[in-house]
Amino acid sequence: MTTQHTTDGHRPAIRGFLAQFFGDHQPADEDDIFATGFVNSLFIMQLVLFVEGEFELTVEDEDLEMANFNTVAAIDAFVARKRATVAGD
Amino acid sequence: MATRVQLTAAQTAARAAYESFAQEHIAPHAGDWDREGALPKEFYATIGDAGHLAGAVPADYGGTALAPITFGLLNEELGRACSSVRSLLTVHGMVCQAIARWGSAGQRESWLPRLATGAAIGAFALTEPGAGSDVQGLATTARRDGDGFVIDGAKRWITFGQRADVFLLFARLDDRPTAFLVEATAPGLAVTPVRGILGTRASMLAELDLRDCRVPGEALLGRPGFGLNAVAATALELGRYSVAWGCVGLAQACLDASLSYAEQRQQFGVRLRDHQLVQRMLADMATHTSAARLLCQQAGWLRQDGDQQGLHATWLAKYFSSTTAFRSAADAVQIHGAHGCGEDYPVQRYLRDAKVMEIIEGSTELQQTTIAESAYLAPRAGTGRKVTE
Repeated sequence: MTTQHTTDGHRPAIRGFLAQFFGDHQPADEDDIFATGFVNSLFIMQLVLFVEGEFELTVEDEDLEMANFNTVAAIDAFVARKRATVAGD
Repeated sequence: MATRVQLTAAQTAARAAYESFAQEHIAPHAGDWDREGALPKEFYATIGDAGHLAGAVPADYGGTALAPITFGLLNEELGRACSSVRSLLTVHGMVCQAIARWGSAGQRESWLPRLATGAAIGAFALTEPGAGSDVQGLATTARRDGDGFVIDGAKRWITFGQRADVFLLFARLDDRPTAFLVEATAPGLAVTPVRGILGTRASMLAELDLRDCRVPGEALLGRPGFGLNAVAATALELGRYSVAWGCVGLAQACLDASLSYAEQRQQFGVRLRDHQLVQRMLADMATHTSAARLLCQQAGWLRQDGDQQGLHATWLAKYFSSTTAFRSAADAVQIHGAHGCGEDYPVQRYLRDAKVMEIIEGSTELQQTTIAESAYLAPRAGTGRKVTE
């Protein structure tokens, strides 16, 4: 994981998004979102649309790895990495 | 987010063009196609030449890249004339969407221009004898073989399977759900027509049997496992949205037929339209059809904004539209009496088609349980998250 890019700045928005699905059962930063049983087949598309809309980036096919999306920390790191790439272009 | 109702001038014009196409090229033949259990060969050229198969294809690849509301209007107007033709829009659009969103550059260049013109027809092959819209339950397997893959398994209820040139087909690769673009000519793929289906009889259903079916390496679409969920969900979401709008058209067709019949038919010296119990059916049909259209429009606007609430709104729209279509069709047959049971009027076809709509792309019961669960988790889900005001 490229933790050097990780920033807490994205986490409030990510937690806000997840609150729609988890309510009071908000996962901790390292909890596996997909292991909770709270998400259905719609969730992955909503998560992709949220990440794209909120952070103004495009989720590509090669980004669709569980390791990029399975925890709050992973999403945060993924967003940081993608934004760094965009900024570097 | 406020509910927007008014269509733009461009959307209104597009709707008129779709209506005119459907009333000229589809509606007069829909009953015959239903009886024959197929769309005629020439029709694929007609609808392809009109550009109506290009709605989910980006402009760079020769498509019309219709915005969600406009795509919805196309589905409504074609669905009003013939649910089988609307089913073609649905499955073809699902394949176009999946390739455009998650396909490789090579797949996009190879398939999208042909899919846009209708030179190639796409179909969606997920359902199996033992598994419906459940990617985790897939029994079809794929294994690596040299540069390509070998697929074994069976697919059932594949809409336009008899006609499709390419299938977006799901299988397990190394025990991970995976999507492939399988050409109809692939060695080891057998396509068998399914006859005698209850509704959407002209949708050319097929069974697919794959035995040592060889596909090249570039047939792999998207990433196995987690990525597959996105490929399948992208396609299924578009399918559900297409069906939702198609059901608005179907409900409208039931209302149109009922209004017309109740106007001309007399019973006990009184026009049917003046019988209060008939009026109640007409009133409910008109009201529910309008409500279904509004839910579809709301889903469309949210999708147009890239708002993730658009997905939930689409579930609401599909649930309400399909149940409305079925209830409207049942009442339309009732209003038509014995005529409603025969072939001289289209309402018996509408009833059969509407029942199918309650089963495909997420059954009514699946919609209900999902919507209920969402209501617990997010009491305000579906009202739209504030993005821009």
